[in-house]
Amino acid sequence: MTDSTALYLPTDWRDFLSLTKPRVMSLVIFTGLCGLLAAPGTIHPLIGFTAVLCISMGAGGAAALNQWWEADLDAGMKRTAKRPIPAGRLRRTDARDFGIALSVASVGVMGVAVNWLAAIILAISIVYYAVIYTIWLKPRTPQNIVIGGGAGAFPPMIGWVAVTGDITLMPVLLFAIIFMWTPPHFWALAMFVQSDYAKVGIPMMPVVKGEESTRRQILVYTLLLLPVAAAPWFIGGTGAIYGAIAIALSLVFIFLAAPVALRRSEEGDTMKPEKRLFGYSVLYLFALFAALVADRMVYGQGLFA
Amino acid sequence: MTPEEEIEFKRRRKGRNLALAAVLVFFVLLFYTITFVKMG
Repeated sequence: MTDSTALYLPTDWRDFLSLTKPRVMSLVIFTGLCGLLAAPGTIHPLIGFTAVLCISMGAGGAAALNQWWEADLDAGMKRTAKRPIPAGRLRRTDARDFGIALSVASVGVMGVAVNWLAAIILAISIVYYAVIYTIWLKPRTPQNIVIGGGAGAFPPMIGWVAVTGDITLMPVLLFAIIFMWTPPHFWALAMFVQSDYAKVGIPMMPVVKGEESTRRQILVYTLLLLPVAAAPWFIGGTGAIYGAIAIALSLVFIFLAAPVALRRSEEGDTMKPEKRLFGYSVLYLFALFAALVADRMVYGQGLFA
Repeated sequence: MTPEEEIEFKRRRKGRNLALAAVLVFFVLLFYTITFVKMG
C-alpha cells in the first residue's frame, strides 16, 4: 500500500461515497423509514426526512469506520480487496476522519432537528457497530453475526423514536425482529458463498462450529423469529393485518429453513435449499415491514374507515 | 508528476470541490427549511 496513488493524488469523491456502503444503506433506509411510518403520532415530513437522512449518515459513518479498522483484512479477501483503502485509492486515516465526521454530524443534526433520545440511540448504534462489533467481538467469537445483527436492528427503532420521543415495547420488538432475522439470513448465505474469512482469521460460525451446527442454529433462530415477529400483534401494537401477514411469512420462513437444517451438503452440491432460504429472507424483511406500515395506514390513520 | 497525472489531479480536485459544494448547499437549504418548520 506504500506505493499507492492515494499518497499523491486526491481521492475521487466516489471512493468516499463507496466507503458508506450504499447497498447496505438501502436496507437501513427502508427499515428506518418503516419504523418512522409505523409509529403512532405525526411528524412533519421534513423532520421525518431529516431523521431518515441522519440514520443513513450514521450508518455510512459506521461503515467508513469499519473499513478503516478492517483495511488489512479486506486486503486479504477477494470480495473486499477492491475497496478504496486496500486498493490504495484512499488513505486509511482519511477513512477514519470521514467516518468520525459523518457520525458526529448525524448525531448532532438528529438531536437538534428531531429529538435527543433518537440522537442518543443513533450514537449508541454507531459505537455498537464500529467499536463493540467491528473492533472488539467480530474477530473474537463465532457469534459475531448474532452480535452484528444487533447493529442492523437499530434503524427501525430510531425511526420510531424519532416520531414518539420515547421507548416503548414496540420499537424494542422491531429491534428484536431484525436481531432474530439476521443469523438465518447471513448463515444461509455463508453456506453457499465461498468466503475467505478463515484466511484472515475471522471466526465465522460454519468454520468454527461446523456446517451441521450452523444448520441447526439457522432453524433455532427461524423458530424464535415467529413469536417475536407476531408479538407486535399479541400486545395490541398493531392490527390483525400485520398479525396475519407476520405469522404467514414466518411459517414460510420455517418451512424453507427446515430442509436446510435437516440436510448435509455433498460434494458438488448445488445448495438450492440454502439459496432459496437466503432469497426468501430478504423478501421476508421487506414484506414484514411493509405490512407493518400498511397495518398502521389502515387501522391507525383510518385509511379505509 | 507527469502531465497525465496533473490532468487527473485537477479532474479529481474539481470533482471533490463540486461534491463538497453540493453537500454544503444541500445542508444550507435543509437547515433553512427546518428553521421554518420548527418556528411554525
